[in-house]
Amino acid sequence: MNILDLFKRRTSAPVARERLQLLLAYERQSRGQPDLVSILREEIMAVIAKHVQIDQDYLQVSMERGKTMSTLEIDIQIPNKSATPLALAG
Amino acid sequence: MGKVVVVTSGKGGVGKTTSTAALGAAVAKTGKKVALVDFDVGLRNLDLIMGAERRVVFDLVNVIQGTAKLSQALIRDKRVETLFLLPASQTRDKDALTEEGVGEVIERLRSVFDYVFCDSPAGIERGAQLAMRFADEAVIVTNPEVSSVRDSDRIIGLLDARTMKAEQGEAIAKHVLVTRYDAARAARGEMLSINDVLEILSTPLLGIIPESQDVLRASNLGSPVTLADPANVAAKAYIDAARRLEGEDLPVVVPFERKGLLNRLLGRRAA
Ligand SMILES: Nc1ncnc2c1ncn2[C@@H]1O[C@H](COP(=O)(O)OP(=O)(O)O)[C@@H](O)[C@H]1O
Ligand SMILES: [Mg+2]
Repeated sequence: MNILDLFKRRTSAPVARERLQLLLAYERQSRGQPDLVSILREEIMAVIAKHVQIDQDYLQVSMERGKTMSTLEIDIQIPNKSATPLALAG
Repeated sequence: MGKVVVVTSGKGGVGKTTSTAALGAAVAKTGKKVALVDFDVGLRNLDLIMGAERRVVFDLVNVIQGTAKLSQALIRDKRVETLFLLPASQTRDKDALTEEGVGEVIERLRSVFDYVFCDSPAGIERGAQLAMRFADEAVIVTNPEVSSVRDSDRIIGLLDARTMKAEQGEAIAKHVLVTRYDAARAARGEMLSINDVLEILSTPLLGIIPESQDVLRASNLGSPVTLADPANVAAKAYIDAARRLEGEDLPVVVPFERKGLLNRLLGRRAA
């Protein structure tokens, strides 16, 4: 390692540029289309509601974008007392 | 028929109002008839920057609602004969502007003035969309930093989809105006470079306005920098940008900062 490297700080502009390019490529592509996450959220909520009663807040849907692949994360919390399937409830 | 130019950005505080005043005044000084229209309903500021705040009697909303005539609401600049201001109202009712009303006012201004500059509010909602709706050209004010560039990209998307011109299948002419450019920070690689911004937005450059205390000073005095201090670097950059807007082919010079001795020794490179 060059001794001068110790003094060199990595400049932040190239990082900014790369992040923007990635982000904007995605945003341009999804422009004008309905938001996928909110559609999924609604439909998942409808499916769950057929069997258990839960609050809107107990369902979290989020999408994490990667370079070639995205991860869809669904987090559903079911409180114990209302967790009884509707079919079994008295 | 005059040209309608929207000055827009998405993000707030990037210099739309400052640029509307400076560009408008620069064009008017060449003898063209210019109207500046403040679309920032509820947060009007163009009157202050123009030094006309004490002369506002009627505003855009009054004209649209028919309580005042357009000729009564237009304020003539005290320094440049051919420069006029149509102020925004202070009403908190965001729906005070109707698309039909705005369209009528713009068409009437277009028939009288050579240039109509529309100072857009921040955001990408109704107010910003109304400001751009009837424009022939757009000046997209951008600071060389990530959030401003991202918002500019969204505004470009709206310009290409939601303006009258776009809906009629014609392209709206777009120009990027980079403001608050800090050459020293750019040289240290702490700020997106002009090339980065242009490449990302793939839109032609209208000019580069350096960060300058004199812009703030001019605002404090109630005068666009192009009138208050025409020899200042920022004013010169605005005057050149105005000439390009009028179709002149002037090369853009990127403001340059000589590297300090220490930086040179350490071999920091501009990014
Ligand atoms: N080139 C510049 N140098 C220094 N300050 C500037 C420059 N351009 C704008 N400003 C300041 O930035 C602030 C926001 O500007 P303004 O024009 O009101 O932005 P916007 O209309 O986009 O919200 C103001 O205080 C203004 O004086
Ligand atoms: Mg403003």
